[in-house]
Amino acid sequence: MNDIASPGSSVRQVSVRQDIVPRTFVRSQVSPDLPPPLAVGGVIGWMRDNLFSSVFTSILTLLSLLFLYLHTPDLVRWLFIDAIWSAPDGDACRAPGAGACWAYVNAKLEFFAYGSYPRDMVWRVDLTLLIGAGLAAWLLWPSAKHKAAALVLFLVVYPVIAFHLLHGLGPGLRATLSWLADLFGSKPLADVAANTLPVVGTNLWGGVFVSLLVATVGIVVSLPLGVLLALGRRSKAPVARFLCVMLIEIVRGVPLITVLFMANTMLPLFVPEQWSPDRLMRPLIGVALFASVYMAEVVRGGLQAVPKGQFEGAMALGMSWWSMMRQIILPQALTIVIPGVVNSFIALFKDTTLVAIVGIFDFLRAVDTARLDPVWAGPTSSATGYVFAATFYFVFCFGMSRYSMMMERRLTRGRSH
Amino acid sequence: MTAQASSLQAAAPALDGLAIEMCDVHKWYGKFHVLKGIDLEVARGERIVICGPSGSGKSTLIRCINRLETHQRGRIVVNGIELTDDTKRIEEIRRDAGMVFQHFNLFPHLTVLENCTLSPIWTLRMPQKEAEARAMHFLERVRIPEQAHKYPLQLSGGQQQRVAIARALCMSPKVMLFDEPTSALDPEMVKEVLDTMVELAKEGMTMICVTHEMGFAREVADRVAFIDRGEIVEINTPEPFFASPQHERTKLFLSQILR
Repeated sequence: MNDIASPGSSVRQVSVRQDIVPRTFVRSQVSPDLPPPLAVGGVIGWMRDNLFSSVFTSILTLLSLLFLYLHTPDLVRWLFIDAIWSAPDGDACRAPGAGACWAYVNAKLEFFAYGSYPRDMVWRVDLTLLIGAGLAAWLLWPSAKHKAAALVLFLVVYPVIAFHLLHGLGPGLRATLSWLADLFGSKPLADVAANTLPVVGTNLWGGVFVSLLVATVGIVVSLPLGVLLALGRRSKAPVARFLCVMLIEIVRGVPLITVLFMANTMLPLFVPEQWSPDRLMRPLIGVALFASVYMAEVVRGGLQAVPKGQFEGAMALGMSWWSMMRQIILPQALTIVIPGVVNSFIALFKDTTLVAIVGIFDFLRAVDTARLDPVWAGPTSSATGYVFAATFYFVFCFGMSRYSMMMERRLTRGRSH
Repeated sequence: MTAQASSLQAAAPALDGLAIEMCDVHKWYGKFHVLKGIDLEVARGERIVICGPSGSGKSTLIRCINRLETHQRGRIVVNGIELTDDTKRIEEIRRDAGMVFQHFNLFPHLTVLENCTLSPIWTLRMPQKEAEARAMHFLERVRIPEQAHKYPLQLSGGQQQRVAIARALCMSPKVMLFDEPTSALDPEMVKEVLDTMVELAKEGMTMICVTHEMGFAREVADRVAFIDRGEIVEINTPEPFFASPQHERTKLFLSQILR
């Protein structure tokens, strides 16, 4: 302690030299860090902070533990131990005491995935999903390069490819091919023109891929459309503002089921018969519209949260309204509302199950139909099917949630001290 | 690198012609008459300091010059362009008149360099390389080139304000408007910002500064204006303005801020 010398200070063990009696207190070195007390770090500290921080939380913790103790064993037994993992038909599942009937889910997996899509052509669905997943991964991967190219591919090229793959070669393309075949008098080309990618009507589409299709279209349309509606609602042009407010308030004030019914029965009345949208297209439009108006309000919240100084800073630099919005305001507004946007996406993803009421054969409807199959019908097969469906929806929604939290952290980087 | 022209100001100050001309400018907020007939002519290369008590309309005045506020009567001409409702004209005037705000208004989601290159790229259609070279040039002039790749909120207030000055200069403005640039700063950072402004003034930039820094006014201002209740009460060269103010209100104000 020879670096500290101060008579009468509170520092212990001061060795005061007798010949000099300094009057000032000068610390010439930083005192070393002490290890934290035990209760701050480690398992015990964590438990104290998170599980037993007060009497009330302690009681809740104990009750939760009791609940888990009472029910986890049964659940595990039903889901895994007593479960029937493989069986040729439902007999094993119908036996008394049998648990979850995974054999049934396994047997119906193709049906869950593709609905009634012709079995020999499901590769077309697989290929579409694969391309879509690849492009989505490219877009969503935080450090991927050439995102603009990915965006164009995803929004412009991919829908065209997906349409031809899923629905079959469009009449225009097929006509072009047969015209070419006639021109060259080529027999193989004529065969190609006649047989490539035969049309599969949307009445046969079903299962997971329809759910993903509805959700993807909803998400991809609702964000930009929602942004436009939000900008319109805040715009100074009275007509644009009025139209946006009307659309938002009307669609938002109506249940999704009503929007779907209206899209299904009324949309065909407004357009000439040959232009009448396909039966899958109608709920797609309904879902996208419904999601957009909710998105518009979420985005509007973000726009209002951007400080006025940001608008002024951009305006003072002579930026046009569009580049100010695009470069300055929207990036900040959208970052602020990521939780709300993802909330909307998750709600939308689960709401896609409602398209079943206008006759679209989505994943949940497929699960609901498959359980009626007499070969597999049994006391546990319905429950197993629904557990499977719940897991599917949970995995996607949880994935979206986690991804958004990761992006939020990345985007707010550098914005706080 | 012709764009840099190696000076803080694009062109040598032309003595003829007015940078800013305000003629009988009135503004109301609802029923409140904020500006009551402002007449002000600023020559090219002139430095004007505007002071006055809070709520006197000095910020409103300077914000009318680049249409962050609209005036309801009178005429404002900036570098020969009259301010009207025409969006294109407003944008043109704003490109010619750089503004520095009390609260910096840097874009927090962009790096310092991107803050400086954004508008040159998007409104002047400058190639990115050139915009970056120009931004680095001005960041060097305000002495923070080493911070170019940081985000604004990682810098101190004084550094942020210097970035804001560099960002405005990147547009090669003919006039610089300062709206209380040092009021939000911690005391120890005021000097670094004022030094930058003094340097800018010495290079001949036309400047209008709303500020309470009377030392700065003495050092660089060609004229000092005192505004109270929406009127220019007194405007004069610094010497007589501080030594022998003519108007009672000016005397009172100066006695309050100069101890």
